[in-house]
Amino acid sequence: MIRLGIPSKGRLMGQTFDWFSERGINLVRSESDREYAGHIEGIKNVQLIFLSASEIPRELSSGRLHFGVTGTDVIQEKLVGFNRLVDPVSELGFGFADLIIAVPSFWVDVETLDDLDAVAAQFRYKHGYRLRIATKYHRLLREFLMKAGVADYQIVDSQGATEGAVKNGLAEAIADITSTGNTLKANHLKILSDGLILKSQATLFKSLSAEFSQEESQIANLLIEKLST
Amino acid sequence: MTVLKDISLEAKNLAAIFEATGAEVVEMDFLQISNLLLDLYGEDIRGRAFITNDPVYGEMMLRPDFTIPIVEQHMANNVSPARYTYCGKVFRRQEEFPDRPREFMQVGYEIFDGANPAKADAEIFSLVNDALSGIKVRISTGDIGILMAAVSSLSTTETRKKSLLRHIWRPQRFRTLLNQFSGLSSKPHPIKDAKDYNKIIDKFEIIGSRNVQEIKERLQQLKSEHETAPIDSAEVKILDDILSLKDTSKVALSYLEKVSKKMPGIEKTVDNFAKRLDFLENNGVNVDLLDFEGSYGRTSMEYYDGFVFGFYSETHKDLAPVATGGRYDALTERMGQGKRIPAVGAVLRPDLTLLLRGNEHD
Repeated sequence: MIRLGIPSKGRLMGQTFDWFSERGINLVRSESDREYAGHIEGIKNVQLIFLSASEIPRELSSGRLHFGVTGTDVIQEKLVGFNRLVDPVSELGFGFADLIIAVPSFWVDVETLDDLDAVAAQFRYKHGYRLRIATKYHRLLREFLMKAGVADYQIVDSQGATEGAVKNGLAEAIADITSTGNTLKANHLKILSDGLILKSQATLFKSLSAEFSQEESQIANLLIEKLST
Repeated sequence: MTVLKDISLEAKNLAAIFEATGAEVVEMDFLQISNLLLDLYGEDIRGRAFITNDPVYGEMMLRPDFTIPIVEQHMANNVSPARYTYCGKVFRRQEEFPDRPREFMQVGYEIFDGANPAKADAEIFSLVNDALSGIKVRISTGDIGILMAAVSSLSTTETRKKSLLRHIWRPQRFRTLLNQFSGLSSKPHPIKDAKDYNKIIDKFEIIGSRNVQEIKERLQQLKSEHETAPIDSAEVKILDDILSLKDTSKVALSYLEKVSKKMPGIEKTVDNFAKRLDFLENNGVNVDLLDFEGSYGRTSMEYYDGFVFGFYSETHKDLAPVATGGRYDALTERMGQGKRIPAVGAVLRPDLTLLLRGNEHD
């Protein structure tokens, strides 16, 4: 039985269904919408598992899912050494999002990471604590800033409504995903010109740790053949 | 498989060598309150340490090293000279090198003594060197103090020197700044005049704790940086030569002595280097073979600001260093709230020394 993880909620789920059906594979959710399971029309032995997109990386890396659809951003944030754990089969062409660093728009002295670093030093000197950046992408942000040589900042955890963190006094800057930038603008924030950490989109991943029986391999190859771009 | 029991025994043997000097044996808590470590190491420590939560103290870390808590304790109690030794486990997350252990033994030694720093440097180096006798090692040494003195003696603004000193341990950013300050690369984006700022500010909503005054001050700084002449290329050349210096200690010393004629600001630190070599030679270290690198110790996420050294396996090139150490005078001052005492420390990895002695059980 091949186990395929599908995002369980909202637009991402709908678009995933559409994407599969455009390639001749019809995903069918079980009769009751409340049951988070399903199958593929005409292909036996594939089980659909509906999960939160943020839990799919973990299930792929443990091998409990053979395949899964989720964003590159959560894969890279949640899986250390992700390219040894999962293999991208196909990019789905939706769910586009950039993980970026943003600061208040009225910081007219800040446009680049160079500026952010200098301001972090100034801020620590003036306020006695490190400049706070709110995000849920702790690892990606830390690695990015370490490579860029930015010092004197600290990460504060923000699992939602991150764009409001500065206005609400929880942080001085944020790192979050954005697609249009409208929410950022509405929250009086602007993106650093070199503050793009990662470009993400919905992607079908294959687990590199899941076991495939001979029969499962055959189904997997059939799926990959139909779905690869 | 190396057996834990054997590592413990190896650790005990190494600790016995350190304890034989008469140093005070100390133990530290496994759980450390995060704030102090965060304050000293920055956010990067969160990527290297295991973090847990206490309902009262908040974020805590499984100790990633012993030095910080030892310095904290020493500076809180007194600042009289002392020698400490310890033996115990530290805990590190391994994201970059998943094959390295998450918990391992450390046997360490710290000297708090300002009477003769060069002698203390040599003392701790020899102690480690002797403890590792019989293991084939390659030794690297350096001196962050010489580098810092060279930066401090550049004939340019204090602001620039402070910026460079802040990034001594981040070579890439250091280079970016040095290139900007010396006119080799273009300066940051065009500067808006602080006087016109009041007009700009009306367009935006003011949010967050960084205030308008701070922005005006930085605009002023950017403006004066723009108007400051580039650092003299001859001085940058000297700094570059020190950074890329790589030779045996005596050759490196005579080179640095020549350099200090042109850059008197480094004279004191170079003189200290000379004294250290004398003491090392007295201790029986063959300084003619001892390597010195101008940039050594810059990429370790540490607090060293003087003599630095590392012992590496000759046979297992991809192994973490078997022993590392260095001087951390500024750290005692930061944690001493006004008090300070020169200090130098070193740490050994018994799991690695055991592996390299080749007597682990299979």
